[in-house]
Amino acid sequence: MRDYTTLQAVWFVLISVLWLGYFVLEGFDFGVGMLLRAVGRDRAERRAVLHSIGPVWDGNEVWLLVAGGATFAAFPQWYATLFSGFYLALFLILVALILRNVAFEFWGKGDSERWRSGWEWALIGGSFLPALLWGVAWADIVHGVPIDARGEYTGTLLTLLRPYALLGGLATLALFLAHGAIFLSLRTTGALERRARAIAARVAPPAALLVIGFLAWTLADSDGAKAASVVCAVGASALAVAAAALASRRPAHAFGATCGAIVLLFTALFSELFPHAMISSTNAAFSLTLAEAASSSYTLTVMTVVAGLLVPVVLLYQGWTYWVFRHRISAEGFGEARSPIDLLSRSREEGAGGRSPGR
Amino acid sequence: MTSLELARWQFGITTLYHFIFVPITIGLATFTAYCQTRWHRSGEEHWLRATRFWGKLVLISFALGVATGIVQEFQFGMNWSNYSRFVGDIFGAPLAMEGLAAFFVESTFLGLWIFGWGRLSPRVHLACAWAIAGATALSAYFILAANSWMQHPVGYRMVDGRPRLTNIAAVLFNNTAIYAFVHTIIAALLTAGMLVIAISAWHLRRGNEAAGVFSASIRLALPLVAVAALLQFFVGHFDGILMTKQQPMKMAAADAVFETKRGAGLSLFATGDFESNPRGLDRNIEVPNLLSWISTGYPRGEIKGVNDLDREYGARYGPGEYAPIVAVAYWSWRAMIGCAVGMFAVGAFGWWRARRGELLRSRRFLRLAVPAAALPFVASSTGWIFTEMGRQPWVVFGLLKTSDAGSPSVSTAEVLVTLIGFTLLYGVLAAIAGRIFLRTARKGPPEEGAAEEPGQELALAY
Ligand code: HDD
Ligand code: HEM
Ligand code: HEM
Repeated sequence: MRDYTTLQAVWFVLISVLWLGYFVLEGFDFGVGMLLRAVGRDRAERRAVLHSIGPVWDGNEVWLLVAGGATFAAFPQWYATLFSGFYLALFLILVALILRNVAFEFWGKGDSERWRSGWEWALIGGSFLPALLWGVAWADIVHGVPIDARGEYTGTLLTLLRPYALLGGLATLALFLAHGAIFLSLRTTGALERRARAIAARVAPPAALLVIGFLAWTLADSDGAKAASVVCAVGASALAVAAAALASRRPAHAFGATCGAIVLLFTALFSELFPHAMISSTNAAFSLTLAEAASSSYTLTVMTVVAGLLVPVVLLYQGWTYWVFRHRISAEGFGEARSPIDLLSRSREEGAGGRSPGR
Repeated sequence: MTSLELARWQFGITTLYHFIFVPITIGLATFTAYCQTRWHRSGEEHWLRATRFWGKLVLISFALGVATGIVQEFQFGMNWSNYSRFVGDIFGAPLAMEGLAAFFVESTFLGLWIFGWGRLSPRVHLACAWAIAGATALSAYFILAANSWMQHPVGYRMVDGRPRLTNIAAVLFNNTAIYAFVHTIIAALLTAGMLVIAISAWHLRRGNEAAGVFSASIRLALPLVAVAALLQFFVGHFDGILMTKQQPMKMAAADAVFETKRGAGLSLFATGDFESNPRGLDRNIEVPNLLSWISTGYPRGEIKGVNDLDREYGARYGPGEYAPIVAVAYWSWRAMIGCAVGMFAVGAFGWWRARRGELLRSRRFLRLAVPAAALPFVASSTGWIFTEMGRQPWVVFGLLKTSDAGSPSVSTAEVLVTLIGFTLLYGVLAAIAGRIFLRTARKGPPEEGAAEEPGQELALAY
């Protein structure tokens, strides 16, 4: 017998899609953030690296906020158990995200070398920690954590950091790093592009191995893995390998492959989780099902209408943003000590190049 | 301290901190969009420079508003899991709508606005500025609708001891929410207005006209503040009357009325024991009959007292203490109104001087206008402290007590760690952001000529 309603399943899928969107988009933000100092060697280059995601990182982060809000609205019991249970892990992620956010904004606001390198490290750390911890968290959710009969988490922070979950964290970390490197190699020119491409070629193979290892462990440990999860896991592994092979020659294809690998990796995890919201490792009977976690069908209906109206619009204007900022970025544009005349002439060229041909 | 008390401190600290940046962003984004419109219409250089100057301050405030907002979004689940379980069917909906309808617009169009100078057509670029301003106001609406449901729950039915949503329109068009929204937007405009006045006055007193940017800005902000402050008296008054109907205890505490009476006076200064409910006052200076008149429209109207309400609530909800900390409600309410009076004085006086063309000679006014920028922040903080602490012991009025709202699985030590962590982090960020904000404000708009290529300048600031 099916113990969940269609609306509940729809909302599980929708929340999964929000997380997928978040990981694909913020995945390259994290990667670019971590590579800030490795790819950008001086101030102008680092500014160029920041500009490659400058216009979009904030919009990308909202995918996370909406995933959180949607979970609260559609599955309040899930929201409550997960967020109070993973308390300290979430605190670390929040601190990292805060530091990363303000680092973007503060970096250019001071003149000293120390000021800038301080914020660069904040940005690197603030990208590294969530890239690792989101993988750990989702591995734990799918694998199960100690939850008692009242739906309360009974473990500690260390409970979350077991080998399997850490492997999941390393897999997302490496995958996001490769994803970001490939993204940078697509968005920059000259020395930046070369360096990003070399890093991508170096990081993508170990990322593929980690993804394969993590997914294999996930399937091996699952009692009766679902066909859908197996297909997605195989697909994710294949795409990760493809990205590794293409990273140095065909960056556009490689980027498509890392996008696909991220989507399929998490789809495999979500399909393993379904139809549960949280798995209890204490006693299978304490696991939280979607039906138990869900809001009333009235609330779900209201939210379905709202999401149906708004999500397409959001996709449209976010897509448009990527179109507006599709030009490649070069470090030469960001040197210091330029005369206003230089600035003017360059911005004319850039302005002309950036407009669509029709205008 | 228990984990619940620590969680309360944490919520109060992080939320009030978030609300330092919220009104700056809402108000100043609107002000900036208006300046850009003037530039678009007239092509006058100083409006362009004003747009870029105030816009830069919006960016700083926005960055911190976003950084602290993320914590807010997750805090309900982290520290208030029983609350989330209890209200999720209703409270989550406006929160998710806020993200879908407002946060996406805000953040995406801000990126377009910063990096889109020269890349987008001027008209589309101007539209981006208004999209940001509109979305910040929209986000305020949704979150206030959520908060208003806690003040005055509507559109629900109890099923198995939990409220279930039955009417989303009732929640979104809750009269409490509409009043709170108007009140908060006016507060945001006052905040922006007072900041513009303060910064402009600082420059004008030093003879730095910056080619008209500051005189134009202050001429816009002075009448804005005067009119908004005046409006706020009326809006706040009607907000108060509605609140007295919905949460009589909050008003009784705010006015330190302990025994129900007709023809109650408005207390100007009172002392009593500082405890949750001292049950009476030691000293009280009041204007006879004024409170009855303000709250009911009749000089002899009846005002319910804390002690009588406490007995009434006890009979309805079971034994317990139903009064908030009276001294907090009493003084936070007075502080808010006092600040409104102060802001009205600044706006009206300055406007009058400006109209007579004597603003630049009013040295003392220009000097006083700078510290006066603290007033809107004090008013907003005390306004929230009054609204939230005046509702205690309830977290959802009449339905859920704060003492039942916490997270059972979170230990005192864990809350302590995050409380200290967030407070330290926020403290450091406040110091840095404050310095940057002041430095940017002092530096003023860029030199003549550099204004040719605004995109470069804003983007380089990144
Ligand atoms: C009256 C207005 C108001 C109030 C009461 C609150 N906020 Fe807020 N919030 C805003 C008005 C706002 C804003 C104007 O939209 C902000 C401030 C600065 C900004 O960038 O957007 C914002 C930012 C902001 C963000 C980041 C959005 C982004 O990335 O663009 C989140 C997640 C929240 N808020 C969540 C909350 C929660 C959960 C609150 C309840 C406790 C809350 N806010 C109170
Ligand atoms: C819709 C969103 C909001 C929710 C769900 C909410 C809920 C709560 C909760 C659960 C508490 C703890 C109980 C308590 O200690 O009193 C609290 C306290 C508090 N909240 Fe709100 N609140 C919201 C919005 C705000 C906003 C926007 C502010 C303003 C900045 C604010 C200011 C405060 C303050 C100052 C306290 C501390 C009061 C105290 O410790 O007694 N709240 N609120
Ligand atoms: C002029 C006199 C004022 C009056 C009579 C007044 C009245 C009120 C009342 C009755 C509330 C509580 C609403 C509730 O709990 O349901 C409130 C809350 C609040 N006030 Fe005021 N207020 C005044 C001025 C101001 C000013 C000048 C500001 C800020 C610049 C301000 C900011 C706030 C805020 C942020 C809240 C909490 C949000 C809300 O519930 O609306 N107030 N005010």
